[in-house]
Amino acid sequence: MIAEELKTFPVVASLAEAQPEALVSGKFDRDELTLEIAANQIAGVCAYLKNEQKFARLSTVTGVDWYPEEPRFEIVYHLHSPERNQRLRLKCRLAGGNPEIDSVTGVWRGANWYERETFDLFGIRFRNHPDLRRIMLPEDWEGHPLRKDYPVTGDRV
Amino acid sequence: MGDGEIPGVTVVEPESPQESAETPVPRPRRMTLNMGPQHPSTHGVLRLLLELDGETIISAQPDIGYLHTGIEKEFEVKNYQQGVTLTDRIDYLAPLSNNLCYCLAAEKLLGLEIPPMAQWQRVMLTELTRLNSHLVWLGTHAIDIGAMSVFLYCFREREDILRIFEMYSGQRMMTSYFRIGGLALEPPRGWQKRVRDFIDVFPSRVDEYEELLTNNRIWTGRTKGVGFISLEDMLDLGITGPMLRAAGLKWDTRKTQPYSSYDKFDFEVPTRTENDVYARYLVRIEEMRQSARIIKQALEGMPEGRWTADAPHVVLPEREKMKTQMEALIYHFKIVTEGFAVPAGEVYQVIESPRGEVGYYMVSDGTAKPYRVHVRGPSFGNLQAIPEMVKGTLIADVIASIGSMDFVLGDSDR
Repeated sequence: MIAEELKTFPVVASLAEAQPEALVSGKFDRDELTLEIAANQIAGVCAYLKNEQKFARLSTVTGVDWYPEEPRFEIVYHLHSPERNQRLRLKCRLAGGNPEIDSVTGVWRGANWYERETFDLFGIRFRNHPDLRRIMLPEDWEGHPLRKDYPVTGDRV
Repeated sequence: MGDGEIPGVTVVEPESPQESAETPVPRPRRMTLNMGPQHPSTHGVLRLLLELDGETIISAQPDIGYLHTGIEKEFEVKNYQQGVTLTDRIDYLAPLSNNLCYCLAAEKLLGLEIPPMAQWQRVMLTELTRLNSHLVWLGTHAIDIGAMSVFLYCFREREDILRIFEMYSGQRMMTSYFRIGGLALEPPRGWQKRVRDFIDVFPSRVDEYEELLTNNRIWTGRTKGVGFISLEDMLDLGITGPMLRAAGLKWDTRKTQPYSSYDKFDFEVPTRTENDVYARYLVRIEEMRQSARIIKQALEGMPEGRWTADAPHVVLPEREKMKTQMEALIYHFKIVTEGFAVPAGEVYQVIESPRGEVGYYMVSDGTAKPYRVHVRGPSFGNLQAIPEMVKGTLIADVIASIGSMDFVLGDSDR
């Protein structure tokens, strides 16, 4: 459930009204607003925030691996509205087994490469992504380096 | 190789169109051209797969990753202060901008107050970095389009800037001069004269570049009306920085979310509305003049005081104190051997680099090493727009268009 004091932010209040089942939790820390979104609702929430709340830009998409905790992965979206001069962070949590989430390329085309990067380095699959290939590493690379169980030193086996 | 084959070029013969005996239809020849990754105009190792119909681009597919060095992974095994040196290597034309953004993010997590003198020095040096970056951009962009001599003029001034950096940090490029908690060293004796000598003549040097280019008929012919992409598409695709301002959006993080006391400086954010290569050139030229204004203000109003924050658990003590005071020695030992713990939390710090929005997303789990650092490089976002921008234009315009983006591949691949 979302804390009442967060609803003083207009964007949180309207999102809680429009898509109440999508909002999991939220916090306001160090002047930054973070909302946790249910992973299966992310595309709808992003479309709403872009079309109704003027978040015209997706600044970046990335992941955080909390291995060995479960749910293991966090997908982090940084949204920006030049018009409102406001930034917003969205998060989704994904379990480690076969991490999959809807792509937001349908909302911002710019999500394309960021999702490819997250796929490449974390091994998270984005459903309905137009071109889900590795972007940084060679096609035949094994493993996903930004996972915490990927070794930093040592020979490749 | 034999039979006239050119490496990197594949000629695709389309199925022959219906041939009628009376009117011979010219057969279109489609060609896939591999431009890069070592092409001189791609400024680094960008590879573009161009599909051509004659000289017209049908589609362009950028291919990046040749400079991926795993910097984000490396952050996780270095302590916070060591991470500063990695940020230099992300964007070799704007190392201080990346230093600054990284330090601001860590300082936000730590809740550190940076003394005014350090903040003003940071502003002055990042603006010098902006000049450095814009000068390299202008010189190489002009070479791409055929104006060779501009390069020599630009590098003349760039040399002065690098000498200033060397004076400050001992390094011309990989400066690592900003550290978490302030500056690495006290500003060197005599920096005022060095910066003043430079900034007094610099505006007249910008006039020189403009004399060479602004009304040059070849320059305007190659740049006006080239590389158009609508503002809506730009925002959608993640373009930031001077390219957006050349499309009329007055958005500059230095103004909208001021950091490091940029709010105390008087400067304009130049914008244009033509949204072509020429407008981007004019915007960057004007940004150079505005940066010079900021540097001048910093030089004249530089506050007195310390160059590091009052945080003994973060900032290394001075040598003298370390050798005479027990407490300082303990702090020194602890910082050098294990670093300093940063309170758990996460921040996304954004600054305006010469290329656009640089963002550092830093997650701390309460230990002395960052749990995760993600770098949002402006070049990565900008490069995504290449297919949209060059579609339907001529191959010569590709060179002008990608030059106007001003990307650094290290910044995009990290």
